[in-house]
Amino acid sequence: MSEKPQLTKQTESSYAAGEPILEVRDLVKHFPLTQGVLFKRQVGAVKAVDGISFDLYPGETLGIVGESGCGKSTVAKLLMNLEAPTSGTIRYKGEDITKLSGRALKAVRRNIQMVFQDPYTSLNPRMTVGDIIGEPFDIHPEVAPKGDRRAKVQELLDVVGLNPEYVNRYPHQFSGGQRQRIGIARGLALRPEIIVADEPVSALDVSVQAQVVNLMERLQDEFGLSYMFIAHDLSIVRHISDRVGVMYLGKMAEIGSDEEIYEHPTHPYTQALLSAVPVPDPEAEGRRERIVLEGDVPSPANPPSGCRFRTRCWKAEARCAEEVPLLAIPAPFEEAESGAAHPSACHFAEERAAVVAV
Amino acid sequence: MTETLNVSASASTDPKPAPPGNDAKPAKGRSLWSDAWHDLRRNPLFVISAVLIVVLLVMVAFPSLFTSASPTVGDLTHHYQGKPNYSHFFAEDWFGYDTQGRSVWARMVYGARATVLVGVLVTLFVTILGGLVGLVAGYFGGWIDSVLSRITDIFQGIPFLLGAMVVLTTFTEGNVWVVITALLFLGWTQIARVARGSVITVKQSDYVHAAKSLGASTARIMFRHIVPNAVAPVIVVATTALGGYIAAEATLSYLGIGLAEPTVSWGVDVSAGKDGLRTAPHMLISPAIMVSLTVLAFIMLGDAVRNALDPKSR
Repeated sequence: MSEKPQLTKQTESSYAAGEPILEVRDLVKHFPLTQGVLFKRQVGAVKAVDGISFDLYPGETLGIVGESGCGKSTVAKLLMNLEAPTSGTIRYKGEDITKLSGRALKAVRRNIQMVFQDPYTSLNPRMTVGDIIGEPFDIHPEVAPKGDRRAKVQELLDVVGLNPEYVNRYPHQFSGGQRQRIGIARGLALRPEIIVADEPVSALDVSVQAQVVNLMERLQDEFGLSYMFIAHDLSIVRHISDRVGVMYLGKMAEIGSDEEIYEHPTHPYTQALLSAVPVPDPEAEGRRERIVLEGDVPSPANPPSGCRFRTRCWKAEARCAEEVPLLAIPAPFEEAESGAAHPSACHFAEERAAVVAV
Repeated sequence: MTETLNVSASASTDPKPAPPGNDAKPAKGRSLWSDAWHDLRRNPLFVISAVLIVVLLVMVAFPSLFTSASPTVGDLTHHYQGKPNYSHFFAEDWFGYDTQGRSVWARMVYGARATVLVGVLVTLFVTILGGLVGLVAGYFGGWIDSVLSRITDIFQGIPFLLGAMVVLTTFTEGNVWVVITALLFLGWTQIARVARGSVITVKQSDYVHAAKSLGASTARIMFRHIVPNAVAPVIVVATTALGGYIAAEATLSYLGIGLAEPTVSWGVDVSAGKDGLRTAPHMLISPAIMVSLTVLAFIMLGDAVRNALDPKSR
């Protein structure tokens, strides 16, 4: 490569380091269930996201894991302002972005971008790669003068590891991994500070997954990005994340650094989730104890009272049905120096010896 | 373990797409339309209908290429003695004469103009009007969708022929524009429904979400992302409907409420020809064959286009 990518590094923002760049508080999204054709009346609500709080710090990667239907993708859509929250706040550098509209919202969108799950549906099949990656510049003309755009697009292709001569090709001429790179290039075009990646590698081959994850890590270092990385593959989340949040049925079950979650899980759901990860060593695989949960995930339209997980939990007692456990450092570990001292929404949080970390 | 993911760095930086054949120039990629075109050229149904339609269009543009006779000048000495003479190709008496002593062949040629004009313009206007209603209803949803869909239902509920009769009998002059208006008034609902469904499907695609999260304006999302991807089913329905509009024009003219003399049209001639069905059947059959061939050509074209644009039929 004769030329170095011209994209400059993220300039040091005036925002104080150590402050979260994104603060999410009590985020709720209920989708109404209606009946009737002309005169709709609400008969209930799917509680897709039901009171979620977390912070995202500059330059860090926050992984969100959980099984299908737990609300991960809804959180991503809420962060992107693609859905309006029922209640709660999302503060970007102190400013609540859920109430923004028009020009102010457009300005914020420059700084928060998304990478989608399915590279086959996230690119408009009628547009060339050049048009797809160049579209952010058409929408935000202040970012790149008209004459520069083609060069910028080619630079972005180069940054994500694609041949810059492919600008005139159509998405269906690329493989899944290459399409995902195109999606990442589009997300990077406006030089955002935060990238919300909703299962960015779930639709890819395992070998290609590693390439894309490595690319995302390289771009994070190069451009100082903060990632919100949503996935259900626990090993990939551990690989890329600094901190990990575990979601169950619209609520955060446990959140902490990757070591705290993977080595010292205290929430029974996290323990069950981790015990389901296959271990490559056959001997260890034979020795470890698997926690097999019974039943299905309850309907988010009618979640259990108290703790959401109690219907499938082996520790559940009467208290779990009455009291909603708060996401806080459990009392027994408050003073402890161990990795178990991280927020966990369980009345009976404790470490479990037999859990094998991935 | 985390190490398992550390695939060599080179693998992550230079995967090139499998070079498709000649890789010299960044080739203009094969889009859905070029794929469809590729398919169509091989489809005998398309070739036959295309030849018929091209001949028809030449007839519309340059009728004098096909006949030197005038469709409106009659010589009453030919009246009823003018039986068709099928060996006189392209001659004035190829298909005989009508009751006014006018060349039936000349009227078949000149009649194409009114018929095709009605068919093409109605299809065009119906696609624009129905497409816009469907786009707005499908994209915005909510109460806008409810109101527009109910209005569509109301128009859909009007019986086609009855509605056309009511519209056409209120206007006395039977010219092409009145017929076009009547057919547009009753025909747009079909396209509106198809367009609405198609827009709703496309609206949920990730690339539309991506454009939204970039801050794209509603107009950009609609016309750059939704319309190009939602237009295929609309085109299919419109092409198939074109034959129907031509048949409808002939029907209305036959009933005496569509086009009328002195406009030269196949429907008018079929209507006039029915009186002499037993003594001079050529007066009825000749223009009727033109209507059938034209409708058939457009319906075959619509079928071929649908097969080419529908990826599921591949």
